[in-house]
Amino acid sequence: MTAPNAGELKVSKIRRGTVIDHITAGMAPAVLRILGVHPGFPSVAVVAMNVKSDALGHKDIVKLEDVVLDADTLQKIATIAPQATMNVIEDFEIVDKHEVSLPEVLRSILKCPNRHCIGNADEGVESHFALAETAPIAAYRCHYCEELVQADRAELIL
Amino acid sequence: MSTDTASWTGRDLISIRDLQRSDIETVLTEAQRIQTDPDLLRTRIIASLFFEPSTRTQLSFSTAALRLGARLIGFASGQGTSKSKGETLADTVRMAEGYADLIVIRHPLEGSARLAADTADVPVVNAGDGANQHPTQTLLDLLTIQTSLGAIDRLKIGLVGDLRYGRTVHSLAQALTRFDDVSLRLMSPPTLRLPDAVRRELDGELAFEEVEELALKDLDVVYVTRIQKERFPDVEEYDKVQGSYVITPQLVETMREDAIILHPLPRVDEIERAVDAMPQATYFEQARNGVPVRMALLKLLLAEDN
Repeated sequence: MTAPNAGELKVSKIRRGTVIDHITAGMAPAVLRILGVHPGFPSVAVVAMNVKSDALGHKDIVKLEDVVLDADTLQKIATIAPQATMNVIEDFEIVDKHEVSLPEVLRSILKCPNRHCIGNADEGVESHFALAETAPIAAYRCHYCEELVQADRAELIL
Repeated sequence: MSTDTASWTGRDLISIRDLQRSDIETVLTEAQRIQTDPDLLRTRIIASLFFEPSTRTQLSFSTAALRLGARLIGFASGQGTSKSKGETLADTVRMAEGYADLIVIRHPLEGSARLAADTADVPVVNAGDGANQHPTQTLLDLLTIQTSLGAIDRLKIGLVGDLRYGRTVHSLAQALTRFDDVSLRLMSPPTLRLPDAVRRELDGELAFEEVEELALKDLDVVYVTRIQKERFPDVEEYDKVQGSYVITPQLVETMREDAIILHPLPRVDEIERAVDAMPQATYFEQARNGVPVRMALLKLLLAEDN
């Protein structure tokens, strides 16, 4: 048996589904939470963390069998991993490839961390953020209380 | 200065972030020429929804409305209203817009005024939403600077005291980015420095320096805020810090005679009373400016049928 090359990816290919690549290192668990991966999840999810990457230094990868992501889910992933790429796989081949971009507006995606925000009162208000800063870390401003929230705060993703 | 009054008709005033320089200048110009006119808004009704008490803001809004002939409905605290029965803010606002031509709202929760504006079709004016925004305070601060010094561009302005939690200094700093070549000196204890998020808004927009000691000599405007005891873990630390940021007559002697000292009030002991009689003390005039600024706003927002 031959040992795998040092740089070879130690994660098996999937026949059909989605590969989310170039996830900011350390953010794979947050992506899994957004995707709703839990013990009852109907599909196989394969996770690689801290993989060497030319572009990012290190990155995480999530592969999902038999799942194609909807636009809402892509937006949520984009807020915490704006460099992520999505590859749609059929018969082990990439049939569609797209990059995510930071959405200008987030509705019902982020929870405002300000406990004095009217959005957290019992008003039935939809959470609503607008992109305010893009570098060094993207940040969104709450439409209501104007609190600035860094987009990598995965615990705030609804 | 710009006088594009149409840009104000029917809009809301929720946050200084929503205002361009021309918007601010229109209000300041109007505020400098507006006179008592009991016929101007004679047919208008203003809903004054104060979910928490506020002496100066509520009295000056009421005075402004009465000087222009408008009538007022509303309440001065959340107690006894349907809010105390569990009604949502949005429902209270819907009720008020059915009765009135304009809504003035003060509410303890941040973002409440924006929600009110999203809900109501009539103009909504934010009279303070928790620790977030109080835009009419900023406009009266700017009016006081404009009338005292003739211009806002190119001024050297010092902000003193609690720059971390003080919403008035955040809003004032944001507004000053709309003017040319204003420079700021931020004077506060290290624990009460301007928050990073506000600082990033100033970066590249205006020059600012941060110092711990009071240095007032070369400034045109000194804007003083109160350092509150509850911001400190122990009283000794508070006493030590607070004493370093008190404006004394000796310090004012070092200032230029034509410079001005502002304070949003209420003042406790951060400006010694002996300063009140000195030529730089402008904070009571600043408080009086709350009326013409709010008269100007009511006139501009309700201009359609004037």
